[in-house]
Amino acid sequence: MTTHTPSALEIDRRAYRTRQSRRSVLVAIASTLAFAIVVWVTIVATPGWAAVQESFFDPQIALAALPRVWDGFLLNLQVLGLSLVTVSACALLVALLRTLPGPVFFPLRVLAAAYTDVFRGLPFIIVLYIVGFGIPTLTNTRIPVLLLGTIAVTLTYSAYVSEVIRAGIEAVHPSQRLAARALGLGYTQTLGRVVLPQALRKITPPLMNDFVAMQKDVGLISIVGAVDAVLAAKIESSQTYNFTPYVVAGILFVLLAIPTIRLTDWYTARLRRREQTGSIL
Amino acid sequence: MTALLRAESLWKAFGDREVLRGVSLELSRHEVVAVIGASGSGKSTLLRCLNLLEPIDDGRILLGDEDISDPRVDANAVRARFGAVFQSFNLFPHLSVIDNVTLAARVVHKVPRKDAEARGLALLERVGLADKAREHPDRLSGGQQQRAAIVRAISTEPEVLMLDEITSALDPELVGEVLELVRQLAADGATILMATHEMAFARDVAHRVVFLDGGRIIEQGPPATVFGAPREARTREFLARFTS
Repeated sequence: MTTHTPSALEIDRRAYRTRQSRRSVLVAIASTLAFAIVVWVTIVATPGWAAVQESFFDPQIALAALPRVWDGFLLNLQVLGLSLVTVSACALLVALLRTLPGPVFFPLRVLAAAYTDVFRGLPFIIVLYIVGFGIPTLTNTRIPVLLLGTIAVTLTYSAYVSEVIRAGIEAVHPSQRLAARALGLGYTQTLGRVVLPQALRKITPPLMNDFVAMQKDVGLISIVGAVDAVLAAKIESSQTYNFTPYVVAGILFVLLAIPTIRLTDWYTARLRRREQTGSIL
Repeated sequence: MTALLRAESLWKAFGDREVLRGVSLELSRHEVVAVIGASGSGKSTLLRCLNLLEPIDDGRILLGDEDISDPRVDANAVRARFGAVFQSFNLFPHLSVIDNVTLAARVVHKVPRKDAEARGLALLERVGLADKAREHPDRLSGGQQQRAAIVRAISTEPEVLMLDEITSALDPELVGEVLELVRQLAADGATILMATHEMAFARDVAHRVVFLDGGRIIEQGPPATVFGAPREARTREFLARFTS
């Protein structure tokens, strides 16, 4: 229903805006070119570049290393997939424990708080060592690295994610609980049907961020002897004295992260659109 | 007398829904104009467009002699000359009342904190909120919050004050205190453009009443005429529905 034909003034304004956006594009192109020149002069045109290219970006070695690195990468993916499930469940549980009201649950709250304190403070590598070498010694059995890696990732990341979830739960305005309880919903029902859905919507961006961090941290399981992408790259590169396999593994991890990062951007943009009434502020 | 604020045939659509369809309006200095009309008639959109909070699709807005709808104009500088009060107060919950009131003075107009607070406190005193200055908005009643929001809007001495249904979210018993404040501001010579459902108040305080329907101005004139002897059938229909 566009019954209105724009006035000369409006057409003028639109032309001005088009000119402005065209100018912005030109400015962007110019600054990109300038940046490219700076990169070329400071990196590519330096005498060491050829050597760097040879030992880091050798296409033949990359191609030769790819099958093995890819096999290792599949192990990373398995750890990641399992951890996604376990971290979600454990983190939610810990967050719920920490927010339980009432004096009866005091020990549980303290336990949950102590857990998040310890495992957010502990460097991930130390957790990996403790889990990777400690648990097999303790139980005196061979435990697949897939399981050990998953346990280590879960211990560390559940601590971070549970704190994000707790922050989300506490960010839901108290009036929402009031309204739900007034309708007769119990504590658990209020949490499950009113508080958590709003909390999860608020914390999706930071959760996605933690997920991206987790995607690359699964690459550390190589230090407990798992032949993942990183260790496979190490084996390959020790055979050729060339660092290109590491670059191949790195590229695989980046390719894995990009869809999640884009998804996060898209989701936050959608949230912004939904919550904003004015279009220009 | 030249108009302080002049809108010339404003058009505004959200998607394919046309909300303003050629609205022209003038506001003189010290004039109080009430915009009435059903929900969805475009009152709020009109106020937002005039405040440059919403881009217009066509038309022109003049503040004095300056075309403020020109894309080359610094919209922030223009908005700093307006004051706005919203239906749901929109006070900043993380700031105390006095910080809400002095924020624009300190950050936009670069008034030293001491001077801004002295002036803010004097204004709060005038509206009976001096003792609430250090409280956060959530501790105030709706009427108190809205009075604080009005103080926030007038603290920078805006040239035009825009009030967007400022009593719609209030209890009937709290409406009075807010309207009394607006009445005082009007008596002091403030230039006010208000969208309102308070017909009795509009009739009492406004110099001119504008009836908006379907994104067009159907009728405007002195309150006695618009309320007492409306010319248009649509106006009569609206007013009848409103008073029954």
